[in-house]
Amino acid sequence: MNKYNPFEKILIYSGILVFMTFILLPFVEMFYASLRPLDHLFRSPYQFYSDDLSFWAYREMWNTVPMLPRYIFNSFFLASVTSLITLLFVIPAAYSYARFKFPFKNSSLYILLAINMFSGAVLLIPLYKVLRTFGLLNTYQAMIVPGVAFLIPTAIWLLKSYFAKIPIDLEEAAFVDGASRIQILRHIIAPLSTPGLVVVGIYAFIGSYAQQFLFAITFNQKKEYMPIPSGLYEFIGYTTVKWNEMMAASLVGIAPVLIIFLFLQKYIVAGLTSGAVKN
Amino acid sequence: MKQKLKSYNSQTYLAYALIAPAAIYIILIVAWPLLETIRLSFTNSSLAGEDYVGFENYQKMLSSKKFSGIVTRTFVWMFFSVSLKLIIGLIGAVLLNANLKGRSIFRVLVMPPWVVPIAIGMLGWLWLYNGYFGIIAGVGMRTGILDGPFGFLAYKQSAFISTIIADVWVGTPMVTVFFLAAMQGVPRDLYEAAYCDGASRWDRFFKITLPQITPVIITMSLLSAIWTFNSFEIIWILTEGGPRGSTTTLIIDTYKQALGNYKFGRGAARAVVVMILLTLFAGFYLALLARINKKISHE
Repeated sequence: MNKYNPFEKILIYSGILVFMTFILLPFVEMFYASLRPLDHLFRSPYQFYSDDLSFWAYREMWNTVPMLPRYIFNSFFLASVTSLITLLFVIPAAYSYARFKFPFKNSSLYILLAINMFSGAVLLIPLYKVLRTFGLLNTYQAMIVPGVAFLIPTAIWLLKSYFAKIPIDLEEAAFVDGASRIQILRHIIAPLSTPGLVVVGIYAFIGSYAQQFLFAITFNQKKEYMPIPSGLYEFIGYTTVKWNEMMAASLVGIAPVLIIFLFLQKYIVAGLTSGAVKN
Repeated sequence: MKQKLKSYNSQTYLAYALIAPAAIYIILIVAWPLLETIRLSFTNSSLAGEDYVGFENYQKMLSSKKFSGIVTRTFVWMFFSVSLKLIIGLIGAVLLNANLKGRSIFRVLVMPPWVVPIAIGMLGWLWLYNGYFGIIAGVGMRTGILDGPFGFLAYKQSAFISTIIADVWVGTPMVTVFFLAAMQGVPRDLYEAAYCDGASRWDRFFKITLPQITPVIITMSLLSAIWTFNSFEIIWILTEGGPRGSTTTLIIDTYKQALGNYKFGRGAARAVVVMILLTLFAGFYLALLARINKKISHE
């Protein structure tokens, strides 16, 4: 019943082609623009063909925006610290939700879901004032502290489902045999939940890498702390926008997230959709 | 032994202790700021200081014609964006669910717009929308649809549509992936039975697939509505709410008032409106989720 006749096949493939063009066109154009010399880009109307493709922009961009390495470092640093702190808060909470029954368990889980719906923009005003009071504006902390808060809810939901999959009999058997909670944590839960921790950690990394922009433009004006998504806008500051270099730098900025994602996409997608589809 | 096990599984104080750090963090960084926003909305807070002004911010906001325009615009923008995401996402999911060669590669290739930081993806769109050198204007000029350079983000209507398209681009992959996951969860024997009874592919889609994935479609519509309503970076980067306010949604207006002009009080009043609307959405969503869960556990 899953056989398609040639006509149906052509129809489906052309549908996929149109769909994929929409999804991938910006990336393809970014890459193509990054390979073309600036004077080829500045021809109107748009020229589809360039005979002078090179990776020149990928070398030149470091001269145009000398802080670029620093921005890349900042992005990695912010995303790593944010996801590590998130994990520290989330691991005990998720374990508790997966294992214990207690009053307000379900309602507090739903409140967590609701928090996901309040975007940063609503909270920016008081957060700005708080960060200003504590002298934290224009620091790394200004971007880390709110970042962690917005990752905690989803991370708890994700990790909870991983913990719940560890058979409780294992823990109970060890407990009856006289193992302490710490021993159980070290010898049973930690090894069995490593894959889950990796997925949640990566979710947090990609998430905080993506959300840096809003916090960076609002809470930080210092170049030395700027992450790459906002650092890229420096290319626009020149009299002529150096599109080829900006696109090259953008792709370099995207690369780490895309590579991590491609390797682990199976697990991430399964983890994210299982909550919404089956629960 | 039973007694001992019971003590292992029902230690309320331990359960709370484990949750406490995360809970305190959320209360400090999310819950308290929400309350603080409400308080600020009754003040004229700015960088200079603050005084209690009662409902002044609300009165000014609600009586201005501009604000009602912004609310209407927000919902129109949201309506088109969400509908397009759902329609394109559904079509995409059907296409990628077809049992053809290469589908596993396509399933991965859908996802980049979702994963990549929005701020970087939008740089690509800025280039595509460029009126002189961009590919869209270029194709338009070469085919004769446009009779000259056309800045898509420079005119009211085209900017409105362009920001919607960019928002759809960001939101569609997730919708597609969720619909696809739902379609794969439909029991196969339903299709086999229908096939034996002679149902066409079309019938199988409308009579089996669609009803089976309806819960996911409904949840995704609401979630997507919430995220679209919150969409900030896309508009901010492409147009900053312009030209002449034509892409200023509630979120953009809130941000501009509060952190563009440092009029925290006025911004907070807008943020409270956003909060009320979001609470309504969230209420709908959670009620729906609870109903769906109940239904599933009954079956």
